[in-house]
Amino acid sequence: MLNSNLKLNTKMFDQDVEQVPTRKGFGEGLLAAGEADKNVVALCADLTGSTMMNIFAEKFPERFVQVGISEQNLVTVAAGMAAMGKVPFTSSYAMFSPGRSWEQIRTTCCYNNSKVVIVGSHAGVSVGPDGGTHQAIEDIAITRVLPNMTVIYPCDAIEAKKATIACAKTKEPTYLRLAREKTPIMTTLDTPFEIGKAQTVFAPEGNADVGIVACGPLLHNAIKTAKDLEEKGIKVKVLNLATIKPLDEEAILALAKETNKIVTVEEHQVAGGMGSAIAEYLAKVYPTKMAFIGVQDLFGQSGRPEELIEHYGMGVKGITKAVEEIIK
Amino acid sequence: MENLTDEKIKTLKLLATKIRISIIEMLTEAKSGHTAGPLDMADVFAVLYFHQLNHNPSEPFWEGRDRFILSAGHICPVMYAAMAHSGYFPVEELLTLRKLGSRLQGHPHREFLPMVETSSGPLGSGLSQAVGMAIAENMDHGRNSGKFFYCVMGDGEHDEGNIWEAVLLAGKEKLGNLIAIVDRNHIQIDGNTEDVLPLGDMAKKYEEFGWHAEEIDGHNVEDINNAINRAKAIPDKPSCIIARTIASKGVTPFEYDYRWHGNPPGSGPTDKVAKDKQTEVALLELKTFYKLVEEGK
Repeated sequence: MLNSNLKLNTKMFDQDVEQVPTRKGFGEGLLAAGEADKNVVALCADLTGSTMMNIFAEKFPERFVQVGISEQNLVTVAAGMAAMGKVPFTSSYAMFSPGRSWEQIRTTCCYNNSKVVIVGSHAGVSVGPDGGTHQAIEDIAITRVLPNMTVIYPCDAIEAKKATIACAKTKEPTYLRLAREKTPIMTTLDTPFEIGKAQTVFAPEGNADVGIVACGPLLHNAIKTAKDLEEKGIKVKVLNLATIKPLDEEAILALAKETNKIVTVEEHQVAGGMGSAIAEYLAKVYPTKMAFIGVQDLFGQSGRPEELIEHYGMGVKGITKAVEEIIK
Repeated sequence: MENLTDEKIKTLKLLATKIRISIIEMLTEAKSGHTAGPLDMADVFAVLYFHQLNHNPSEPFWEGRDRFILSAGHICPVMYAAMAHSGYFPVEELLTLRKLGSRLQGHPHREFLPMVETSSGPLGSGLSQAVGMAIAENMDHGRNSGKFFYCVMGDGEHDEGNIWEAVLLAGKEKLGNLIAIVDRNHIQIDGNTEDVLPLGDMAKKYEEFGWHAEEIDGHNVEDINNAINRAKAIPDKPSCIIARTIASKGVTPFEYDYRWHGNPPGSGPTDKVAKDKQTEVALLELKTFYKLVEEGK
């Protein structure tokens, strides 16, 4: 059942569950962060409306820099502003930043240890009809490998807003991963959020047979899977890993010790992503049987978001199959 | 506008030569690194560090300082030498260049040497950072704060698209507090810049992007100083000074030769000076020149 301590949205299983894109939570969070700290500035590469940075730009035009379609410039100008004491947020589609701007992020944000928040919206195959060129499914891999970098992937718009506000207060460069589509609201205003802390969102009575670790909006599919399997007598515990780096090792190790079987769920290549981060850790301290839900070394393509999630095996069906196989 | 006195000109020439001598010594000790660019930018660095920059080496993090951003990170020996001779750290430390644990990394790293404004090495990103700093300054203190943002780039570095993105933005933002200086030595690793990827009339290109731009003799300290003074006086445009230089300036047998871009004395091309004589020949010429300037000749 849902963890009542977290005050989650109890209507998340309803057909008409409220759906809001995480990028909207970011837009609102950036406005709040800007109101709280005059050093917060925003930079965008010609996708101000799409990334919902327009909410900040309209309120604080003097603290907004439009750099045009130039993602390498986007992050390096931000690094310069950070060196002068600003708290810059940059936004683009994840495919272009951190996709195209990776080396600049490495050298001018991470190697410099400059506090820049890289916001990559429209991540994952759920971008939909635009097709594979616009579907960033490698961005967690290329950001989490960078020293000094924090990587956050909120599960819903409410968590995205809290994460954005939290990002403005940290000292390290951060990658904030967002999605284009409206996705189910799972948390509430009362749900706690802390960078670096995983949360058990769904737990059976007694010890679980399998652990699922999920991040981003696919957490909803993970929870639905756990609920369905509970009715079949399979006990599944679900962890929301909103911060992929630094990894909440304590929570991961506890789940591994309890279940000895972990399924990871992410809208990303399975190579190098969140599941890999967990495997790297557990291989050292507590080797655990694992299955990885995500894109299996393929590019995305055009289609409706929900179709694509199913096509690449990240729907409830795919996750259920993985859980059933791992407990065989 | 302040002109340089004869005495100051002499002092700057001597300092540029001291910087060149240090460059040869540190590269020889490191047994790796870049020779041509550092040598040819010594005059520009002498004018910046010993006359134009508003800085305080004994208080390197003083908030009111001008910001100096080295985009062409590989020419850092000239920056390290200028910093040491102006008092940021002991001159002896120059000999630790490129060694394990040294603050003087092969390409500058701000985490190792916090008194450099940025880390650099991968080309083309310095100007953007200078642009970001200049914009941040304008946000906080208006357009005439009196603080200037200098960025030194190579000419070959202009093959990078990132630079032109920054050039466009600086023009749009009318950053009068931004002064770019380009080392126009016409060489890069693979050969002459005009053979590798022709850059043509760089000043004209900058002007088209909304900048004030001019080409000067990058070895004439008066010209360098006057160009910087003119740049500072233009309030509503960023300025670009194309400093025409001779690769490896100051060591005649190394001059004009692109093969000295990335080789230190002791392992450079051998058709003019044998490898084991390269350091000796370079130091002899530089020290002789120093004496001549000192004696007023």
